[in-house]
Amino acid sequence: MSASLKRIIKSGWLGFRRNSGLSLATVFIMVMAISLVTSLFLLQKTSNYLVSSLSEKVDMAVYFGEEPTTDEIDIIQKELKGLPEIKSLQYISKEEALAKFIARHQGEQVIMESLQEVGGNPLLASLNIKAFEATQYANISSFLDSASFKNLISKVDYSEKKPAIDKMFSLTSTISNTGIVLSIILAVVAILIAFNTVRIAIYNSRDEIETMRLVGASNWFIRGPFLVQGMIGGLLAVLITFFAFGIALWFLSPKIDLVIPGLHLSSYFFGSFFMVIVLQLAAGLGLGACASWLAIRKYLKV
Amino acid sequence: MISFRNITKVYQAGAKPIVALSNVCFDIQPQEFVSIVGRSGAGKTTLLKLFLAEEKPTAGSIFFEKKDVHQIKSHLLPNFRRDIGVVFQDYKLLPSKTTYENIAYVLEVMGASDVDIKNDVARVLELVGLSNRAQNFPEELSGGERQRAAIARALVHQPKVILADEPTGNLDPYCTKDIIRLLTKINEMGTTVILATHDQYIINSLVRRVITLEEGKVIRDEERGRFTL
Ligand SMILES: Nc1ncnc2c1ncn2[C@@H]1O[C@H](COP(=O)(O)OP(=O)(O)O)[C@@H](O)[C@H]1O
Ligand SMILES: [Mg+2]
Repeated sequence: MSASLKRIIKSGWLGFRRNSGLSLATVFIMVMAISLVTSLFLLQKTSNYLVSSLSEKVDMAVYFGEEPTTDEIDIIQKELKGLPEIKSLQYISKEEALAKFIARHQGEQVIMESLQEVGGNPLLASLNIKAFEATQYANISSFLDSASFKNLISKVDYSEKKPAIDKMFSLTSTISNTGIVLSIILAVVAILIAFNTVRIAIYNSRDEIETMRLVGASNWFIRGPFLVQGMIGGLLAVLITFFAFGIALWFLSPKIDLVIPGLHLSSYFFGSFFMVIVLQLAAGLGLGACASWLAIRKYLKV
Repeated sequence: MISFRNITKVYQAGAKPIVALSNVCFDIQPQEFVSIVGRSGAGKTTLLKLFLAEEKPTAGSIFFEKKDVHQIKSHLLPNFRRDIGVVFQDYKLLPSKTTYENIAYVLEVMGASDVDIKNDVARVLELVGLSNRAQNFPEELSGGERQRAAIARALVHQPKVILADEPTGNLDPYCTKDIIRLLTKINEMGTTVILATHDQYIINSLVRRVITLEEGKVIRDEERGRFTL
């Protein structure tokens, strides 16, 4: 690092400390802005996870009025495998369905008794279909409507989770849209406050600035410290935000894992350390540098 | 080396303009020791400000080493000013820096190394007798100490020209003598010195060139001049 750069940075740090009250107000608002951006980042991850795990759970069951013969099953499977949307097929016979049912409701007196009362096997044979994506079930369903084995089908059941997914999608997009708007507003506020801090710092140092000029300081030797001062604010805000998120996630993650098992938000946060830090640094340094640059351009004319 | 050509400076303050300098002409050779004398308000400080390009002349031009000072591009102005050391009448020490840092700043802006700065600043502090005030801030210094700090700052980077604006205004007679002896010594080592003062004693003891200003006009310019108003 060149001696001049070192001196500029040092002098920027001194300026930051000298205006500590204002500087800390700037840091505070920047922390808010960076936190919001970071939250959006984590929300994105959470909603992606939720959508994909919901989609994972969606499947389609095709129930048959009467148990199809093995030949019929073969034909049906062959026909369905021709569809590119289909990921997997699983045939469940009447007996298997009953066995599963019993296994699931073991110990539930009422259900077992009523099963007994009905007598025989009231359950239907079915074919479980998994598509690659949740949106593809509609296509598969319309295919089934015109399939050659249509008369065998008693009902098709798939729609249960689609509303949930749609809701999830719209909720996340609402949250992230609001978040983006809020981030922009907060970023503008942060820039204004940082701008004002630097403006005041320049104003307070106007006599010194004049003297520095008279003893031969170059423009950048005078301007640099103010730029650095803004960037230190941004940097400090990044550090605070990063640690606040780190600590919060560390303590909250057991609870989050209870609500959404398998998400592991904290390991994601620390795992994408680099990504997060770069994101935050870009936000923090960007805001700080941008604000001081604007103030310098306006108030520290050559 | 330095040349004032028909310099006029009119300040537009309030309703009526103030003519601070009118049609001032003189040349200064390298290694000269020139005193600018005159009553308070005669235009001494204005003259130095114009040379440093702190103020623009209303008419005329000033040349330093054949370059028109007021035509220097703004990004080159710092380079020009690094050739000059100034003892400002109001000191202009940076209040947030210690004595040491104030003096070091002149070297820092030139990109000097830390080692050089340390040595050079220590040397000039010693020279003006402020070694024991290195870590004090200007507001903790007496008037005379501030003045000596300002002198140290003007010397530290070994400029080609030293402008000293009433550098002894706040010093007792002993210190005044020391400072004048110092300026003479620096001059003998090759630095051009321009001294603005209204101190009769100094002028009469120097026996050097004296330019006398009265109401912004040069009324006398003589070698081995004396203080006569
Ligand atoms: N910035 C200014 N605005 C208006 N008038 C000024 C300004 N600076 C100096 N003057 C006037 O110019 C004249 C010369 O001032 P100055 O050069 O400071 O004199 P000296 O240094 O010889 O005492 C004075 O009448 C003073 O009032
Ligand atoms: Mg004066």
